[in-house]
Amino acid sequence: MSQSFRTEAGGRIDRDRKVTFSFDGDQLEGYEGDTLASALLANGIHMVGRSFKYHRPRGILTSGSEEPNALVGVYRQGDQTPNLRATQVELYEGLKAISQNRFPSLGFDVGAVNDFLSPLFPAGFYYKTFMWPRSFWDRVYEPIIRAAAGLGKPPKNADHDRYANLYAHCDVLVVGSGPAGLAAALAAAETGARVILCDEQAELGGSLLSETAATIDGKTPVDWVEDAIRTLQAMDNVTLLPRTTAFGYFAQNFVALAERITDHVSEPDPNLPRERLWQLRAKEVVIAAGSIERPMVFPENDRPGIMNAEAGRTYLNRYGVKVGHKALVATACDTAWQAAFDLADAGVEIAAIADLRENPPEALQSIAQARGIRVETACVVTGTTGRKRIDKALLGRVSASGSVASAGDLACDSLLMSGGWTPTVSLYSQSRGKVMWDEAAGAFLPGQHVQNERSAGSSRGLYGLNDVLADGYAAGEEAAKAATGKSAKVTYAVASGAEAGSGGTLGALPDDRDASRVKAFVDYQNDVTAKDVKLAVREGMHSIEHIKRYTTTGMATDQGRLSNMNALAIASKALDKPLTDVGLTTFRQPFTPTTFGTFATSSRGDFFDPVRKTPSHQWATDSDAAFEDVGQWKRAWYFPKAGEDIHAAVARECEVVRNKLGLFDASTLGKIEVVGPDAAEFLERMYTNPWKKLGVGRCRYGLMLNEAGFIIDDGVVGRIAEDRFHVTTTTGGAPSVFATMEDYLQTEWPDLDVWITSTTEQYAVAAVQGPLAREAIAPFVQGIDLSPDAFPHMSVATGTFCGVPCRLFRISFTGEVGFEINVPRRHGEMVWKTLEHEVAKLGGCTYGTETMHVLRAEKGYIIVGQETDGTVTPDDAGMTWAIGKKKHDFVGKRGLQRPDLVADNRKQLVGLLTTDPKVVLEEGAQITESANPAVGTPADGHVTSSYHSPAMGRSIALALVKNGRALEGKTLHVPMPDGSIPVTVTGPVFFDPKGDRLNG
Amino acid sequence: MADDLVSTLYAPDAGQEPLLALPDVSILKTAPLARLSFRGRNGVLAAASKGFGLDLPVKPLSAETGPDRAAFWLGPDEWLLLAQEDMLSETMEGLATALGDTPHALVDVSHRQDAMLVTGDQAAWLLNSGIPIDLHLEAFPVGMVTRTLFHKAPVMLWRIGPDAFVVEAWGSFIDYVAGLLIEAAQELKAA
Amino acid sequence: MLLIHCPYCGVERPETEFACRGEAHIIRPADPSTQTDEQWAEFLYLRENPKGLYAERWRHIHGCGRFFNAVRETVSDKFVKVYKAGEPKPDLEALAKEMSA
Repeated sequence: MSQSFRTEAGGRIDRDRKVTFSFDGDQLEGYEGDTLASALLANGIHMVGRSFKYHRPRGILTSGSEEPNALVGVYRQGDQTPNLRATQVELYEGLKAISQNRFPSLGFDVGAVNDFLSPLFPAGFYYKTFMWPRSFWDRVYEPIIRAAAGLGKPPKNADHDRYANLYAHCDVLVVGSGPAGLAAALAAAETGARVILCDEQAELGGSLLSETAATIDGKTPVDWVEDAIRTLQAMDNVTLLPRTTAFGYFAQNFVALAERITDHVSEPDPNLPRERLWQLRAKEVVIAAGSIERPMVFPENDRPGIMNAEAGRTYLNRYGVKVGHKALVATACDTAWQAAFDLADAGVEIAAIADLRENPPEALQSIAQARGIRVETACVVTGTTGRKRIDKALLGRVSASGSVASAGDLACDSLLMSGGWTPTVSLYSQSRGKVMWDEAAGAFLPGQHVQNERSAGSSRGLYGLNDVLADGYAAGEEAAKAATGKSAKVTYAVASGAEAGSGGTLGALPDDRDASRVKAFVDYQNDVTAKDVKLAVREGMHSIEHIKRYTTTGMATDQGRLSNMNALAIASKALDKPLTDVGLTTFRQPFTPTTFGTFATSSRGDFFDPVRKTPSHQWATDSDAAFEDVGQWKRAWYFPKAGEDIHAAVARECEVVRNKLGLFDASTLGKIEVVGPDAAEFLERMYTNPWKKLGVGRCRYGLMLNEAGFIIDDGVVGRIAEDRFHVTTTTGGAPSVFATMEDYLQTEWPDLDVWITSTTEQYAVAAVQGPLAREAIAPFVQGIDLSPDAFPHMSVATGTFCGVPCRLFRISFTGEVGFEINVPRRHGEMVWKTLEHEVAKLGGCTYGTETMHVLRAEKGYIIVGQETDGTVTPDDAGMTWAIGKKKHDFVGKRGLQRPDLVADNRKQLVGLLTTDPKVVLEEGAQITESANPAVGTPADGHVTSSYHSPAMGRSIALALVKNGRALEGKTLHVPMPDGSIPVTVTGPVFFDPKGDRLNG
Repeated sequence: MADDLVSTLYAPDAGQEPLLALPDVSILKTAPLARLSFRGRNGVLAAASKGFGLDLPVKPLSAETGPDRAAFWLGPDEWLLLAQEDMLSETMEGLATALGDTPHALVDVSHRQDAMLVTGDQAAWLLNSGIPIDLHLEAFPVGMVTRTLFHKAPVMLWRIGPDAFVVEAWGSFIDYVAGLLIEAAQELKAA
Repeated sequence: MLLIHCPYCGVERPETEFACRGEAHIIRPADPSTQTDEQWAEFLYLRENPKGLYAERWRHIHGCGRFFNAVRETVSDKFVKVYKAGEPKPDLEALAKEMSA
């Protein structure tokens, strides 16, 4: 069976380049230029899958991206991509495809039993059947349903392909490269406008690539296409994008395109990305998306060998493939007649043309007669037979009253059908434009526009090649003019032939069959029949949106492009309401299924989010530090020595800092330089604390609230000069504090002469903390007297460190003597290494964020975001000392007076000590009064921080507890799954409560 | 190529290997510069220009360039002033003297940012892999400077030639920006 | 992704360069201590949420850094007008009429 359905000549395939491929393990041959679908058909294979619900054999229905049946898996580099439409998969050497939703094989499928049990699966079946018991849904029903139904299997491995992103801009985007699209692109490009022309297919040209019954400017359509593409390619202002789907139309002409770059290549260059997401902003969009043919809804209309008529014509003219040796053409419109003529001319026997209409055009009838084709009028297909492919069609005669009488049957191996044409308004609809019913076109067409777009050609219901071309040119000219104001003299090409046809039908066709025994499919992919739609109406679904969800019609990957109009007509008839009153469901992005890779582009792994590293990062990495993520920053978490786990390392680091000294990278803290004559006034308003009397060279801890009165940030602020402050913020709060300050400066107090500048990354910051801290830094400091009297706790001075400029702070987040050395960032690594060496010499060590957390908790210092959660006031945190009592106003002051903030029973920060000193509480654990609270008892608070404290020789915890300060000495409980833990309430400062060590 | 450039203040860092060197695009780290963030109201412009030795631009998104310095409009009261690395103190003093008591803010941000030169026929295309603004020469002409985003990182972009750009980012974002540019450029190596 | 005109930079830029900061023209009282609890609660929390034209605060955070105000149509997402901070609130009703005309 080697391409026995291939024509002798013709088509766009390259007959000199034979391609071998496999389908379900069978080795087959095709040609370069084939799609998988055309190659399968050339080999006489129609049946390519089993249907979703009933597991019925299904064949190729269309030749485009709307294909509902021919969904296949394609293997590549050991992985399978599921659910690809065979009509879009380009053939390449070695392509390996498999059919889906069948077991054990496509020919013999166990699930097909569903088809015989189909009376059990009416519309809404899942909703009705799997309601009870509720607990069965997750564990029993859903897994079984998912295993039995469904499409392809998802790949198992991580995606090894790369995906690219490109932001692009153009004056005119043309979507679709059929006659209207090509003409629009030619016209727009002529004006000099920046034009992008995209088409989802491998080759530009659209319907022209399969049009043989017309000429354009005296050339064959294909020759005209080739000339047009050559013209466009030669223009610098034009970008041509084949294999590129415009899948989403968003606000302000933002259009998303998916460009497929390597899927069609046998052995792609590994340097190439698989796909590219184009995030395109177009001043004007021309939608030339064409129209698609509607299947006819008759009993057993889903048998392999049955396909849309124009698809049959496309396979013949574009791919050189005969879809059968004996075809029946069933139609309600003119265009299918041309398919019959083309097939007959190629040597396919036409069993008959069965036209639903009583009087199809005389002209067509006489052409048929001349070819000896039998014509049946007022004729419908009422059923088909054939196990895995159609072998016979039943015909019926429709009487004037609408009743149907049998008109015998006809043997055939293929059936080409046409219910008429549906304009593709998906993108227009995505642009938020409303569609309007057009009686003459028998279709919904673009109506009121919302964005800068226009539809051209058959996507707005216009047919006949010459009209479509002219419409395309005009749309291109108008779009360019609207985008750039420029126009040019454009000569329209003139077509003859391929005139507009008439006819078409909507909804289910009449038949003479037993309605309870036959299925006439409306939505092939979701196995929805005409009967299901009627049932949904009977059961009370009167809106098309409800019918859609109840039956799932229109919810397949084609989003109802094939099925919507038929479903709507069936519902309209069942409801006895005009079609337009039933409504139309919304078309949404994406137009066709789009890979996750395309959405993710390069945002994967290390590039998912910026990974920010501090100046000591390389040293820390070389020293085997463990890191933790703090926002986007990587911070050294702890520095384990050989054999140490996190507990051992942190315990050692804590003890070394308390007994000797430690070195810590504090570079990630936010830093803001506040400069100007009103700098002190500004800080006075932003922070709870008073600033005006802070001396130059002195520091103060600052607490920042929001207007509601809750703590949002804190940090040390140093006065560098009368009009210059060095403000620090939390690591995570840096951007938001800066934005909040800018907000007040720009919008509330624009009269203040003060400006803020982020200096977070201007400085690298090394913190040296511990009794020996002064000794460690002294050798490197110049220009600053470090003696305790000259440079006491909470001082700041400028000088040099290791010869580079530095701002030296004497501050402590450990309770020990502490210095923070700020040097220009690029000197940070040198300073770190110098200090590390010196600190080690004195018996000290480097320490990470975990030790920093333990040391500060021992001192009862809060961490914003750990002890606070956006509902904690300074009083809750025991920090009323930070509020400037004499200040009339600051951000949050009025908020602090709100009734709920001054009410009794607020949660307050306390310390907790477990009865068993070895037990370390879980952070976040709830706290209750009773050891075994009844279910539903509200908690009195929760643990905010909890560690083993080497300095205390036991576990410690901080917590927010209702009325906590009044409960000091009382026992509370922390109920956990394996038993309640008793805790004693204490003050939040565990170590050196008087703070003597700070001032050493 | 240098003939096309509006400024050569950003010089490739002689000590560094190119981050990317392809026929159609290359990425080079630049040598350090003195960078000053200058803030003030319109009234300070004359004095600041005098003190800096170059007119501070008032046209949005524009730059003024001199032989050894440059000034960028970044916002209506915000300028970035650039000078050669060893001119930092001198430049700050010059400005301070000229401005006297006029309210303003001058902050040294020399170490806050690092810069890269992205040059070549495909430079604009490559930058548009992460920068969402239109880099067509008519929309983003030579000399234009702006802050924007490269994927998720804030950057400053200055076009110094038809096919030459300076990209600045805060120090900790440079690996992210450079890494993504190199990743996006990989397809240019395809045969 | 919306396209927003920055009145300071004088160019249209994609939405990702901007941050929306809620309803515009809500002014912090000069002396909050004079506010009743109800007035303060309103200042803190109560905002309009209209269908139609809405004046909002935006900041060109990844551009010039400036706050400005914009009138946005909440159904179509169209920006009808942008204006600098400190400029008066436009007459939204008149704007709406102008648009429907």
